[in-house]
Amino acid sequence: MASVSLDTINPKVLKCEYAVRGEIVTLAQALQEELKSKPGSHSFDEILYCNIGNPQSLGQQPITFFREVLALCDHPSILDKSQTRSLFSADAIKRARQILDQIPGRATGAYSHSQGIKGLRDTIAAGIEARDGFPADPNDIFLTDGASPAVHLMMQLLIRSEKDGILCPIPQYPLYSASIALRGGTLVPYYLDEAAGWGLEVSELKKQWADAKSKGITPRALVVINPGNPTGQVLAENNQREIVDFCKKEGLVLLADEVYQENVYVPEKKFHSFKKVARSMGYGEKDISVVSFQSVSKGYYGECGKRGGYMEVTGFGPEIREQIYKLASVNLCSNISGQILSSLVMSPPKVGDESYESFSAEKDGILSSLARRAKTLEDAFNTLEGVTCNKAEGAMYLFPCISLPEKAIKAAEAVKTTPDNFYCRRLLNATGIVFVPGSGFRQAPGTWHCRCTILPQEDKIPAVVSRLTEFHRSFMEEFRE
Amino acid sequence: MVKVMVWHADAIERAWQILDQIPGRATGAYSHSQGIKGLRDTIAAGIEARDGFPADPNDIFLTDGASPAVHMMMQLLIRSEKDGILCPIPQYPLYSASIALHGGTLVPYYLDEATGWGLEVSELKKQLADTKSKGITPRAVVVINPGNPTGQVLAEDNQRGIVEFCKQEGLILLADEVYQENVYVPEKKFHSFKKVARSMGYGEKDISIVSFQSVSKGYYGECGKRGGYMEVTGFGPEIREQIYKVASVNLCSNISGQILASLVMSPPKVGDESYESYYAEKDGILSSLMRRAKTLEDAFNNLEGVTCNKAEGAMYLFPCIRLPEKAIKAAEAAKTAPDNFYCRRLLNATGIVFVPGSGFGQVPGTWHFRCTILPQEDKIPAVVSRLTEFHKSFMEEFRN
Repeated sequence: MASVSLDTINPKVLKCEYAVRGEIVTLAQALQEELKSKPGSHSFDEILYCNIGNPQSLGQQPITFFREVLALCDHPSILDKSQTRSLFSADAIKRARQILDQIPGRATGAYSHSQGIKGLRDTIAAGIEARDGFPADPNDIFLTDGASPAVHLMMQLLIRSEKDGILCPIPQYPLYSASIALRGGTLVPYYLDEAAGWGLEVSELKKQWADAKSKGITPRALVVINPGNPTGQVLAENNQREIVDFCKKEGLVLLADEVYQENVYVPEKKFHSFKKVARSMGYGEKDISVVSFQSVSKGYYGECGKRGGYMEVTGFGPEIREQIYKLASVNLCSNISGQILSSLVMSPPKVGDESYESFSAEKDGILSSLARRAKTLEDAFNTLEGVTCNKAEGAMYLFPCISLPEKAIKAAEAVKTTPDNFYCRRLLNATGIVFVPGSGFRQAPGTWHCRCTILPQEDKIPAVVSRLTEFHRSFMEEFRE
Repeated sequence: MVKVMVWHADAIERAWQILDQIPGRATGAYSHSQGIKGLRDTIAAGIEARDGFPADPNDIFLTDGASPAVHMMMQLLIRSEKDGILCPIPQYPLYSASIALHGGTLVPYYLDEATGWGLEVSELKKQLADTKSKGITPRAVVVINPGNPTGQVLAEDNQRGIVEFCKQEGLILLADEVYQENVYVPEKKFHSFKKVARSMGYGEKDISIVSFQSVSKGYYGECGKRGGYMEVTGFGPEIREQIYKVASVNLCSNISGQILASLVMSPPKVGDESYESYYAEKDGILSSLMRRAKTLEDAFNNLEGVTCNKAEGAMYLFPCIRLPEKAIKAAEAAKTAPDNFYCRRLLNATGIVFVPGSGFGQVPGTWHFRCTILPQEDKIPAVVSRLTEFHKSFMEEFRN
């Protein structure tokens, strides 16, 4: 009696894929087990996970001030103990008290308002305003368990059937393709231009939009990931203005994934939120709908496991806002610690605060290290035969392009897998390094890529580079025509 | 100088233990998408200790509260409006909402108020046959035990009947067991559906059961932490892979919630340093809940035209109110359901917030509202007196 089989489950679940934790990672975990149970069974002694934007799993330390505040909020009974003053900084204690005062009954174990605690939303809105120079409304903020549930919420709202299309960048972070598949919509791809540093051409947007419409698809929204994942580009402001104009003109909801807003590594680029860009063009609530996603998982804080984030929802009428609220309320609220962390991320220690110096040193140390690692790995990829790698201007990834020899492509076909997956598997088995095949993010047909994070600690980077270089050399030898 | 303790020694020890189970001790990292392995081991051991039957950590999926796990199962099982999920009426409206969001059909089975909200297998069979005749494919049965909003705790032989029914009809048993620690009557006990099935000799190949647990209820009430899990048994590996895949799209649940779930399933034991104080806290909360349940049940039963079944478990009372015809007409005139009308009047007169029974489903033509047993004991007299006074004047106003 198999009450459920692959034939009888929801086909949308079958269709959905998420390569970041896909096959290559399962293989890596099995190898890791082997390394433990049979030491010396491989030519490497550890798995180097370069597949996922999970900084703290690779040794990045949490921001002290944030953790102090969280610890105090979680266990308020120690706030008044004398030992606490010697264990925690004075401004962390002060901030914890402030936050607890904003929580009804100081109960961090209670369900909050379904959009998140009001006082924390006030703080976040103030932080957005300070960042952008344009006002933000706490009632526009929906705190969620990471950015992903907020993305799902919007897809749920906007997708009625497979006739509804969501424009997504190719390559993209596969949450978008997965979410669209789960809701039964259609992903309308627009191709980023690798030759132009993964540039986003509005002409390409227009072309794909028109193409979708001619096929009977109703485009509903445009996803823009800025800074980009996996591609790492930071959009130029005039580029952003064109995108805003396009969305306004075509009545598309702009879904702005801005989770890497604190990860910009090049002096010539700066993060500008899409809402700021729209407002600076004179566009208000009645002109364009913009949803901005932010998360506590990235930046310099990397608090992936806390599951904190929010979406800022502007340009929708009150009746739609009610529906969004209703959806949020079905799951009651997001976790309180994540909510608190979101407010800290949008309102960190300031000059003059007791923790400011150490906070700033931690932040700066992490960001400059990320910038260095991005450069080192970019250079390493560019020295490999047949590999070109665009600069990571931001985010946490490199997405090198590999021109694989015909012989390798045939070998991949013979084992019934994509060439980039074939390469990544070989790399894993030879070196213990885990990349995600570019197929997991989509790419221009006929091109092959892999995504590598810049997150292994600096002292591991030389090992990554040398093992990768050696592997690549022998791979290219093996499959040379 | 007196040394004032900040942390108990066994809390420190447990924290070290847990941190050792987390790669790199990094509580800020995404974990395995089912949750940290060591914590799942602890939870599985806790389930085994509770039930007397083995539990597999690979069957556990830790989630941000039980709700995301429910959504995940509905997503998996519902292909179209032709797929039906049997749900108790009255039910906790997460189920109706989730079924609606996933485009399925809710197939109601009515709990019997006259017999303490009893769940009759004959009613299950009747609704099953009825829905099949309408071209609906029933996929699963939701059972909430202890019940929400109804508060009944199923008798074990009743549970056996339900297990047998699901096995025979090839239905997945979705067992909402979040109130498993909230049982207030000595004559009833919580038995997990998996335990009941296993004790009937039914294994993985016989029946598919999903058990939902949460850190939001019990005596811990950690709603804001968003911790919980589902234990998934009786599905083949290819289905389990699909469930894992869906879980992986959102990476993992929050680590604090995961830790809390493991603590709930493996709390301090006799001999542990914290045991005495822990036990006093737990017992204090549960006995208080029991007292409040009784006080409010009696108060409702004293109201004219109101009958209220005992809350054997969970956190709610769901009294039935016979509204006078005049009140029903007044509600119609105000374009709202009679129970909503009553609740609005109650709120405006007393500041007390109940949820109208319409929100949970009820036998057509009956009216109820759900009231929690959660206001602190010192507030209960005020709730009772204000409610009683309001009800008296309401019935006067609408007397025919």
